Formats: sequence, structure tokens, C-alpha cells
Amino acid sequence: MPEVSGVKKSGAQILVDTLLEQGVDTIFGFPGGSVLPIYDALYDAEIRHILTRHEQGAAHAADGYARASGRPGVCLATSGPGATNLVTGIATAYMDSVPLVAFTGQVVTELLGKDSFQEADITGITMPVTKHNYIVKDTRELAGVIREAFHIATTGRPGPVLVDIPKDVASNEIEYRDPGPVNLPGYHPQLVPPEEQLNRAAAAILAAERPVIYAGGGVVASGAHLELRRLAEMLLAPVATTLMGLGGFPGDHPLSLGMPGMHGSRYANYAFCECDLLIAVGVRFDDRVTGKLEAFAPCARIVHIDIDPAEIGKNVRVDIPLVGDVKHVLSGLIERLEQKLPGAWQEKIHTWKKEYPITYEENGHLKPQQVIREIYRVTDGRARITTEVGQHQMWAAHYYIYTRPRSFISSGGLGTMGYGFPAAIGVQVACPQETVFDIAGDGSIQMNIQELATAVNYELPVNVAIMNNGFLGMVRQWQELFYNRRYAYTELVNPDFVKLAEAYGAVGMRVTTSREVAPALEEAVAAAGPVLIDFVIEREENVLPFVPPGESLDHML
Amino acid sequence: MRHTLAVLVENNPGVLARVAGLFSRRGFNIDSLAVGRTENPTVSRMTIVVEGDDRVLEQVTKQLHKLIDVIKISDITADEYVDRELVLIKVSADPGQRGEIMQIADIFRARIVDLGRRTITLECTGDEGKINAFEESLRPYGVKELVRTGKIAMLRGNRFTSINTNGNREDD
Repeated sequence: MPEVSGVKKSGAQILVDTLLEQGVDTIFGFPGGSVLPIYDALYDAEIRHILTRHEQGAAHAADGYARASGRPGVCLATSGPGATNLVTGIATAYMDSVPLVAFTGQVVTELLGKDSFQEADITGITMPVTKHNYIVKDTRELAGVIREAFHIATTGRPGPVLVDIPKDVASNEIEYRDPGPVNLPGYHPQLVPPEEQLNRAAAAILAAERPVIYAGGGVVASGAHLELRRLAEMLLAPVATTLMGLGGFPGDHPLSLGMPGMHGSRYANYAFCECDLLIAVGVRFDDRVTGKLEAFAPCARIVHIDIDPAEIGKNVRVDIPLVGDVKHVLSGLIERLEQKLPGAWQEKIHTWKKEYPITYEENGHLKPQQVIREIYRVTDGRARITTEVGQHQMWAAHYYIYTRPRSFISSGGLGTMGYGFPAAIGVQVACPQETVFDIAGDGSIQMNIQELATAVNYELPVNVAIMNNGFLGMVRQWQELFYNRRYAYTELVNPDFVKLAEAYGAVGMRVTTSREVAPALEEAVAAAGPVLIDFVIEREENVLPFVPPGESLDHML
Repeated sequence: MRHTLAVLVENNPGVLARVAGLFSRRGFNIDSLAVGRTENPTVSRMTIVVEGDDRVLEQVTKQLHKLIDVIKISDITADEYVDRELVLIKVSADPGQRGEIMQIADIFRARIVDLGRRTITLECTGDEGKINAFEESLRPYGVKELVRTGKIAMLRGNRFTSINTNGNREDD
């Protein structure tokens, strides 16, 4: 939208106009005193505002919207507690490199620093969990700052940016002048690595006998899933996808190894231990993947592709770094490589996959794995799945098969319980025609259960599948294995989830036996509004395989 | 090993907090940090002395680069450079001792900046070693108060750590 210079505008109007210019169609937010001028301008703007019931819900919903659509998510909260309630959501987005722009109201500039009512130093608080943040003290700077915020959030390694706007900065009227294009002398993400590095990497890849690809969130963020598949098929290299990378490579592809790491498949972990070349693509060698660092990929040379130079060599030594956008880099590599033929390595992987499938024991009780398999079947594997954090998250990673990028949406780095449900709301807003499931635990769901009101309010047909074992199950599993079954404060006394759903105006169902699973899921998928299903599952089921913390990847329970 | 970094940053509020926060959060050790404006009023320059091996330094540099306000980082440790610290020292000095202290000041090319009835305040600039030696030589008189700046540093000769006005980088 071209701007005529010299028009009188309030800060709030500038904000709305700049959001429209940035293509923002939806904001997740919660009003309050300091954002009154902004809400007044939003009231008749061509932007959809979704009122969540807690600011944390707004941040996660914006994050879910961003992960599902690839467009930046936008959330808005008032000063003080409104702003601090966003923090967990911002930190979640930061750890998983999600493009998020958070706007917060702030007390008027003249009251800043005086411990005023609902004042919190939110730029100070969020400094370690944002890619960048701003406090705007002059209305004339607002438009330029917002442009920068979107530019920074969406380019390079994506991440959250916070813009704090004092109330007077939003209400003041100025003669608007276009700030011109973004100019940040200290910010130039490198998209393409040097030719010679590409050549070195290609030579190492061609020379490798036992290559493995270790693919993560960077593949999804960069939209490089087709290039990744091409590379894997050329090299006949098996591909392990991290939690963040699920869907970045088709989970049903013969070369797929599933997930590596603490709760990875045996065959992925064995492949890491025996490979002679590890091609790490858009990953950051998280401790949940590497296990004991000294014993990680002991025989392998490591090629590391990442857009963030600081990730190279942060946790493991890297032999050939390729700093750049994953899509560019993979295309550059593919040009330099040639089709490989199957050999002993492919044979070995195949044997491992046959010998150590991811599986569980049926015993007549309702098993979470079985519920998730059924969700996969009923949705034809086409649903968008979000999760909370814990055992159900790992089961959702193992037993639903993700074939498309952006179809598995979960808090990986921060591990935020309470993420999945508001995120599912954001996903449903971004993808109104699609089936969305939040696979939840009975602990996690209660951390943002109030968002049932949001889902009902906006008639969002989000499905919540609670794997209810009456425990904080993952913590219980660790207590079982490492604390002598002393279940300190992990057993839950839960509300009646069905009545709770109904109280909010959603559909609630309870499933206690295997044969009820499919009919309940079919009913949920067909429903026009939100549905919550309470699956009462085996109480002490464990997530397996499991590499105990601090162990090397070949030490799996 | 200690490294000396010359860091050019945008002269924005909060930039010092961003840099200091990064160091403490990631467990990097700052020996000293000095910051001030440069010839360009929109750009400040930090001289950071940091302790660590090559791997730590690589992370320090890369993490600093991730800060949007950081424009340029040069590790000048291995280059020829001039570095200076400034110290102000107030020592006990009865009128009878003033002569001795003034001699010491002469040796170190320090200056007397204030004189009290029982104290004398000196100013001295130099590299870290010289400042340490100066401090040691005054210690017997009784140091009442001492304040040191961090180190500032600049490459020698026809080499620069600067950006020109249109934001392009300039090396050598």
C-alpha cells in the first residue's frame, strides 16, 4: 500500500497501516490499558483479531500460525503482566527459530522507569529470548521499526522480534513520512556458501561409503524438502529427521530413519554411530539428539549446513561447514553430485530397520501408540498435528507418519507444556480447511485449557486428543527409571475433561477401550466445532527406545 | 589466552546491555570492556578483552555477530596495535613524601591532577603492564582510591577498524 507522505496519523494508525503493508491478516492478542489506542485503531482495520484467553495463548497461537503457514505470526499484549505472559511463548519461538513479531503496550514515556502501574521492562526481560527487540520512544520511528522487525523476524535464521510501544507513542499524531527501505548495517545473513566449500563438501560426500543425513527444522524453514529428498535419493543416504524436522522428509520413504537421539529409533542411532559421513542439514546438534558428545558419530566426518554461522562448531567439531540457506546449499550440492548405487551400507540399514522396528506391546488395555496410529488412519495422514510436551509428544512423533513439511508442530527446544493447544488454534486459523489435532497429555492440556473458550468463540474445529494416564508421564518415567519409582508429585487428580469441554461449549468425549477409538475420532473429524477426546490410557506406559541422559546413542533401553 | 576485540556497534540504547548480557548468559569471561562514541556519532566502539581458547573466541565472535546492533568485530590480538588504559590513583602523601611521589610520577610520565592536605591524585595512561607497575610503585604510600578504565586499542599504521559513512566495510 503506497503511503502518501505528510498525512496526519496516530502511532496506532501507523502500526495498523504498516502491518497491512507487511501482509498481516491475523493478530492474536489480549487488550489492556496501555494498548487501548492500538485496539481502537484495530477495531475497524482489515485485520482479523483473535482474542485468546491468556497472553501466553496468543503467543503460542501466533507461533502455530507461523509454523503452519511459513508467514510471520503476530501477537499483541498490554504492558506489564500482559507482556510478561508472552515471554514463554516468545522463548518457545526463539528456541525453535519461528518468525514471530510480538507487540506490547507500554506505560507512557514520561512514566517509564518509575515502577508505574503495569510497567515491566519487557525489552530487558526478552533480550535473551528474542532475535532482536525495540522500545519505540518516538512515533516518527514507529513505521521504520516495524518494517525492521518483520525483516529481522523472517530473514536469515528466523526468530521472534518484540516491539514495545508506550501508550503515548501509539496515541500521538504526527505528519507521516515513509521511512524508506530497511537499512541494518550489522545484519546481512549469508545465503550462499563459497564455491570452494561446496566443492569440498561434494568431494567428501562422493568419497563416503556410509553417509547419513541428519535433517532438522532448517529444512522446513527454508522450504528445502524437495531438495533434501533429491539429495537423499541420489546418495541413497538414509535420512534421520529431528523432532523439528519431522515432515521435512517423508516419514514413509524407504530411506527414512525416523528420529535420532534420546527417543530416536534404534536404526537411526545405530546409523549415527556407524556412519563415515554425517550430513547435518539445518540442525544444531542439540543434546537430546547427540547424547554423550564425545561418543557422537565417532567414525564420521561432519558436513554441517546451517544459515547461522554460530551453530557451526558450537557443540561438535565440524569438518566442512556450509553456511547458507539450506535450499540454496542443497541445490548447489546436488549439481556437484552423481547418482550412487546401493551397497552394503543400504543393506545394513535395511536389516536394522527390519530387526528393530518402533513398536509397542498390546495387552488389551488402551495404548497411546494405538490411539495415535488410529488418528493417522482416520485422517489419512493428512492432518496437521500439534503436541504439548512429554510422553504423548514422543508417541506423536513415532506413531503418526509425517509426509509433508509443516504438518508436525511442536515445542522442541524449550519443551513448553501448554504449547500445543493454543498452537493448534493458530494452525487452524492459518489452515481453515484442514483437520488439526492437538495430541496432548492430561498434564499439559491443563496449562492452557482456557483456550477452549477461544476455539469455541471463533468456531475453530480444533481436535484435542488427551492421552490421559493420570500422570505427568514423562517425569514419572524418569522417576521409574532413575529415582526408584518414587513418584514425587507426578500423579494427577484431574477434572472431568468431558464436562470441562462441555462447560466451554465444545464437544467432549471419553474413550476407554480400543474399539471406541475410531468411531470417536471419526465423529471428531466430522464435527463443525472444537472437540476434546479424553483417551483413558494405560497408566504406566513408557516411551521407548530411550537413551538415558549423558549416555552415547548406542546405549538404548 | 586473552584476545582483544574491537567491536563496532550501532549507538542504540541498550546495546551495552545486549553485549554484556550475551557474555554472562553464555559464560564467556570479559576481562575488560570499554565503550565510547567514534568519529561517526551513530557508531560506538567497544574494546573487549576476553579470555578463552580459539573455540571459545570463535563462539564469542559469532554470537556477537548475531546481535543486530553489532556492525563489525575485529580480533586484533595478532596484529600490531596500540592499547591504552587510564588510571586515577589517590595516595596518602604527607607534604614530606610529595617529592618522592612526584619522581615516581615522572618516571611513568604520569600527571598530578589533584593535591589535598594529605593526599595526592595521579593520572597515568599506558598499556596494562605499565599501569600495573605504576600502581605497584605507589602501593607503599597507601592507595586510598583507585579507578581504571578498560583497555582501548587501535591498529597501527595504515590499517583501520572502521566503517565508512555508507555502511560499507573497509579492511586495510
